[in-house]
Parts: sequence; structure tokens; C-alpha cells
Amino acid sequence: MDQLIMHAAGIRKGVIETVYQQKQGHVGGPLSAADILSVLYFDIMTIKPEDPDWPERDRFVLSKGHSAIGLYVTLALRGYFPYAELATFDALHSRLQAHPDMTKLPGLDMSTGSLGQGISSGVGMALAAKRQNKAYKTYVLLGDGESQEGQVWEAARVAERYQLGNLVVIVDANNLQQYGWQSDDKNGRDTPDSNHGAKWKAFGWNVSEVDGHDISALKETLQHITSAPDGKPKAVIAHTVKGKGVSFMEGNFKWHSNVPTDEEFEHAMSELEEV
Amino acid sequence: MGTTASKSMRNVFGETLTELTQQDARTVALDGDLGNSTRLAFVEKENPSAFLQMGIAEQNMVGVAAGLASCGQIPWVCSFGAFISRRAYDQIVVSVDQPSLNVKLVGSYSGLLTSNTGKTHHSFEDIAMMTLLPNMVVLSPGDALEARQAMEAMQRYDGPVYLRLSRDETLDILPGSDRKFAIGKSYQLASGQNVACLSTGAMTPRVYEAVQNLQEEGVHVTHLHFPTIKPLDEQAIVAAARQHDHLITIEEHFVAHGFGGMVSRVTSRDEPVRMTRIGIEDAYSQCGKDPELLDEHGLSSDALTERLRTIYEQVSSS
Repeated sequence: MDQLIMHAAGIRKGVIETVYQQKQGHVGGPLSAADILSVLYFDIMTIKPEDPDWPERDRFVLSKGHSAIGLYVTLALRGYFPYAELATFDALHSRLQAHPDMTKLPGLDMSTGSLGQGISSGVGMALAAKRQNKAYKTYVLLGDGESQEGQVWEAARVAERYQLGNLVVIVDANNLQQYGWQSDDKNGRDTPDSNHGAKWKAFGWNVSEVDGHDISALKETLQHITSAPDGKPKAVIAHTVKGKGVSFMEGNFKWHSNVPTDEEFEHAMSELEEV
Repeated sequence: MGTTASKSMRNVFGETLTELTQQDARTVALDGDLGNSTRLAFVEKENPSAFLQMGIAEQNMVGVAAGLASCGQIPWVCSFGAFISRRAYDQIVVSVDQPSLNVKLVGSYSGLLTSNTGKTHHSFEDIAMMTLLPNMVVLSPGDALEARQAMEAMQRYDGPVYLRLSRDETLDILPGSDRKFAIGKSYQLASGQNVACLSTGAMTPRVYEAVQNLQEEGVHVTHLHFPTIKPLDEQAIVAAARQHDHLITIEEHFVAHGFGGMVSRVTSRDEPVRMTRIGIEDAYSQCGKDPELLDEHGLSSDALTERLRTIYEQVSSS
């Protein structure tokens, strides 16, 4: 468990370092998803980093493709490519495109970046497993803001109709998006959607809700839900905090996509070192 | 070469796709709730495990196909041309064409003749939209036999393809059953002087009839058929431009950015020549019976006979 916490801290540090060095990229979303990525890539998923195209591997789709830097740091830490390559993030000719490009970087199971689309390809991967009698599972990381896209619910309906029990959607419910709606929140903006679980239930999914920053709860929830004997597709509503791990970024929509100053960078890294 | 009534393209589509699913278990048909119209229903009837109903949700359907293709399946996605192109374009770009996944997109009921359904169901944009995409192959067969051969070629080809089909019966336009469709290749159906007609898809049989009508009058024009729009047979276009004074392109699509536009891009670069581009002008159409719509837009065999003769006479007298 301590290892997973350390990996999550490593993902957060890698995100902050890369965005600071490259002066590009999204911060808040990758930080809210760091614990989820740690649990998936270092515990739950059956994968072979040395053989990224292994046909039996579990699939992962980053439907919220703008959190790509979080996934790249995770893949680098997991050994898919040299950590030093993170320094090319978002640069011309880099394999680490601002939004995931499966034609460039091994280990990416789908190209994403236009919101709402990744979950549909995840449905296709789960259908492919059923058609081929393969045991692999498909994990899709979806944003709560992204769930405003109608395509998400088109996909949810088809997954239920075909009883894709091998499909797990994790909603990174961080309650913020790029701009969102005016609110009485301390930062003045939010994503007013507190009923994710009820919606997925209404679409016939097997739903669990969990603190998305409680590593042991995340692990237990994912283990439990993926071993459920029913054929329902699984939704894990992970309640998270945007910018988690860096006090001045937490819960502030302005850190959706923002580059830390020198001072902010030092501050953020010192907080993350304490983990 | 005689013309005989052919089977409808959509029936041949349904029969051929059924066979392809039976020959290769990776092949799977995705329906957007139009299977009884598009004839995708044939697959469901004969090989139900190879048929997936995606409901009235084209965006998800295209994304699901991308996921299936990423896992080695060969998905064939079918809807009306209007819906698959316009409704799911960003999904086609981001989930299919950018990763160059092996997804076969089928736009049934393309063009003008959509069984009296009118403006919403006409697809006059799909050639423009699909040929814009860097990895997309765009096929537009002229009759039922060619549709079958194009589908067999699509199945062998690894990458995204858009197949543009028409609803109704066409004439068998090419001689014999020994012809071999190849992606990127055009076919000469008639040879003549001064004027060459270049056509694609279900327009070709009507142009063929018009060219035959002119032959009976002693007017001989060249006729080339392009069942592949991308990659375009540029060699044949340049050769036609060199050998004739005037090219005429004819298509069931907006003239502004369709097949004719692609042909003129080649001629303007390699062999400038006077051209007339015939198709749907810059306005939306309406409902009406097939012959009425073809007359309304000057695309019936008789209307084309007149238009081609007029151009031929102008070119020959200048």
C-alpha cells in the first residue's frame, strides 16, 4: 500500500515538474487522477510494459485525454519508456503529444483528446474481448465535466445492452472543469453535478462510490467490483479534488491548465516531498 | 456492351457483408438502427453473432468501431451517408482517422436518391468531408457488382475506408463478369474526341446511358468511371486532360467541393484544361420521386444527354 502511495506522489511530482519545465500542460486533472492511475497501473491491471501490444493485456483508455501528462508519468514510472523522455512532453516531434496519440507512443491503447469519445472505444474493446472469449478487462478514466457530452450516455446505454461486465468506467469526479458555472464556491466556479452514481445506476450499471484519494479504498473497490459475478458494466465514482496534493491548487479551477511560477513550483514540490 | 438491370447496391451490400462475416470471424457489422433499410439486416439474419445493434447513436457507434478495430476486429459501420458523415464527423476524425484504425464506414443512401426523404437524408457533403481526411480511402462504386468487388478490396485493405453506396437499382455498366476492381484505379467505358466525361458512383450508369444516346447520334465522347475517389487515379485524369479539349465531371454531390473539385485540383496543377462540373448546385434539395429529382437537378440520362451534347457542340465549334 505504501508503494502505491509513493507511486501516486511520484506521478504528482512528475506532472508538476514536466508542466513547469515545458511551460505547457494541464495540472489539476492529472493531480486528481494520480491515485487512480497508481492503483490501476501498479496493482489492478494485468499488463506487460516490456510487451505493450500483448494481446491479453488489460486495456486503459484516458477518455479525459487532456490529463495525458498524468498518464505519461505513470507509464514512464511503470517502465514503458525512459523517464527522461518526459522532458519532451508537448514539444514538436515528441511521442508525448498534448493529447494521447496511440500511433506515436507504445502503451497507449487509444488516441483521445476530444471529450466523450474514449468511453465509446472502451465499449468496443470490451465487446472485442467478449467476441474473442478473452479475459482482459477494459478500464476507462472519464471526467465528470466530460460527462456533459451526450456520447458518454450513448455508450453507457450500449454497454448495458450488451452486458459488458468486463468494462470498468472510473469517473474522476473532481467537481471542476475548465470554466464551468458560476457558484458560491470559494473560487466562484463549479461543475454542478452531484448525482453521478444515480445516473450510472439508472443506466443499469453496477455502481460503487469511493474516495478517489484513499488508495486502499480504491484498490478494494476496484478488486471487488471487477470480481462481481453480474454481467453489468461497472462504474466507480471516484470523489476527488482537482489539484489534489498541492494546497494552493486544490479545488481551484484556475489550475485546470496553468504553469507554476518558480516560487509556486518550489512550494508545490516541497509539499509533495512530504508524502 | 449491353446494359442490363442489376440487383440493387444495398442488397448486394447486405449479401456480401454476410459472406465476409462468415469467411472471417473478426468481421462484425454495426448498425445504427437502419438495418432493414441498408440491408445490414441480412447479416443479423444469417450470422447473428456478427451483428451489433448500436441504436440511434452514430457518434458512439463510430467510437465503438474504433475500439473493436484496436483489438484486431474488422468493424463495418453502416448508416445513411448523411448521418454517418455529418453526425459523427469528429468521431471519425479523432477516433478513426487520426489513429488510422481499420474501420470500414458505409454511407448507404448517399447522394440525391434517398427514397423520397428529402433534405435531411441527402448526403451532398460526404465526398468532401471524407476525402479531406489524410488516412481515409473513399470508394464510390458504380453498380452492384462493383460494390461487391469494392467491399472485398476493403476487407483486404488495412485502414479506414468510406464506402459510398446508393439505395436503388443501377445498370450493369461495365462489360463482363471478369472485371477486377482495384483501389485507386479508374476505368474507361467509352472513347471519343474533344470531350471526356468523368463520373463516379451511381451517376456513372446515367452518364453511360447519355454517352450511348450521343453515340447513336454520331457524337463520340470519352467516358471514364472512377469507383475510387481517394486515392484518385491522377494519371488517368492527366491523360484525359492531354487528349481532350474539355473535361466534364458528373456526380451526385455538391459541385463545390466534391469529385469534380478533386479532379480540377489535379488538372490545375498538372494539365490545365477547360472543365464543366456537373452535380448538385449550391442549394439544398427537397423530397420527390427519383425521376423527378433527377430531372430537377439535370442529372437524368435524358437531361445529361442534352447537357453533354451542348458542351460537345460548343467545344467542337470553337
